[in-house]
Amino acid sequence: MHTEIILAGFGGQGILLIGKLLAYAGMRAGREVTWLPAYGPEMRGGTCNCTVVLSDRPIGSPISKSPHGLIALNLPSLDKFEDAVRPGGIIVVNTSLINRLPRRTDLTVVAVPANEVAIECGSPRAANMVALGAYLGASGVVELTQAKAIVTESFATKPALVALNHEALSRGFALGQEKAAAVAHR
Amino acid sequence: MAKKLMKGCEAIGEAAIQAGCRLFFGYPITPQNEIPEYMAARLPQMGGAFVQAESEVAASNMLYGAAGAGCRCFTSSSSPGISLMMEGISYIAGAELPVVIVNIMRGGPGLGGILPSQSDYFQAVKGGGHGDYRCLVLAPSTVQEAADLVQDAFDLADKYRNPVMVLGDGLIGQMMEPVEFKRSVRPEDLPPKPWATTGAKGRKPNIINSLYFNPDLLEAHNWKLHGKYEEMAKTDCRHEAWNLDGEVDVLFVAYGTVARICKTAIETLKARGLRAGLFRPITLFPYPGEALARAAEKATHVLVSELSCGQMVEDARYHVAGRRPVAFYGRVGGNIMTPEELVDEALKLAGRQG
Repeated sequence: MHTEIILAGFGGQGILLIGKLLAYAGMRAGREVTWLPAYGPEMRGGTCNCTVVLSDRPIGSPISKSPHGLIALNLPSLDKFEDAVRPGGIIVVNTSLINRLPRRTDLTVVAVPANEVAIECGSPRAANMVALGAYLGASGVVELTQAKAIVTESFATKPALVALNHEALSRGFALGQEKAAAVAHR
Repeated sequence: MAKKLMKGCEAIGEAAIQAGCRLFFGYPITPQNEIPEYMAARLPQMGGAFVQAESEVAASNMLYGAAGAGCRCFTSSSSPGISLMMEGISYIAGAELPVVIVNIMRGGPGLGGILPSQSDYFQAVKGGGHGDYRCLVLAPSTVQEAADLVQDAFDLADKYRNPVMVLGDGLIGQMMEPVEFKRSVRPEDLPPKPWATTGAKGRKPNIINSLYFNPDLLEAHNWKLHGKYEEMAKTDCRHEAWNLDGEVDVLFVAYGTVARICKTAIETLKARGLRAGLFRPITLFPYPGEALARAAEKATHVLVSELSCGQMVEDARYHVAGRRPVAFYGRVGGNIMTPEELVDEALKLAGRQG
């Protein structure tokens, strides 16, 4: 098992956080993991991305030019990384902020209105969790219970936010699973 | 201690604390700011002191003073900041003081850029500051190794009474990987330093200095320093040989971040029927040249790859000494080669097109 994922969006959408949660969950599942932020000069509201690699073997390059998965929370991120994703990979698109679907037809597209779903869960700030959940549901790289356990740990100082983020993860997970099942059926 | 997911910079900071270091002097610069940030938070908890100096020149001289007082201390910076520290580092080497310096390299020359680079190799291993001196230089390629080598760096600095530099790059500093701290030393458990200037009550004063007006005394001092560097070469050379059990078509030679990219390339090459292996220097000074020469003898081609226009390749060629042709592939400016680029280079060298 070897999976490379790029997570991208605006600064402030919690991209680096869900990347870390994914890496943490992978580590707990006994995998080798790397988390690498793009740290070029960016301004507030600029784009932001990180790369997570999960593998059964020691990880060579922590950089990915052709990831297996992409979580795009805004349009510039989809524009920038869509073509890089491997055939057969997964793209999670946040349709709340992205007004087009990927052009690619050789991979699984999981279109999720992450902000709306997050608002239903209690806060638009949990859109990142919805998107992460959707990716986990579609890819199965990490179990939902594992991801939830990491959220509980990471929000230890803000316990009031745990339930909200669990709900957002679960809702996203269900949407991702549904999409993956539909693709498999087809 | 259980494995934690940490940024390279944070792991370096924690490793210093676990090595019994309680003093940090530095000045901020990207991409290593997480080190001072981490030390600023952790050192006061440990009864230590974090000092943000007014400049890198000041930081390196504070290091000189603290090391002279017998304390484990360290500083970190990135390329332009390390250049500013060179005066202090030369004095520290001349005065034979144990300090640890971390350089998380970024592109240069001048202010350059903030992205990863390995273009300070010459500066790190050939002296850097003025005078006939060397730093012992360690080059980690994972976050775990960064933590391990920082702990070793303090021991080696004490062993030789010499500055030790840990040479990483922006990628090692910024990346998160699982890490565990295998040893924990308290400052009070460290061996005493009878040469330190700790107050001369009941003994003759100790003098720490790098000034020798008498040419014969300075010459003797220079040869004494040189003897330490020879001793390092004899007893503290380190390298990793990876996939080098038998003969190989292509021998990659790389350190730090580039070495791990080579490993990915080597696995791809294996699947395509080319035998390739990696020689990874862990100490850049002393350079594991004899081991490299032996590895090169089992290879048809040698390919050095660096994030520079070609610096370590000079040492590799010196030690391979014409036994094999040594090719070079570098990326600079903050760009990092992909495994595919290295695969293509290796296939070309071996006379096979990708």
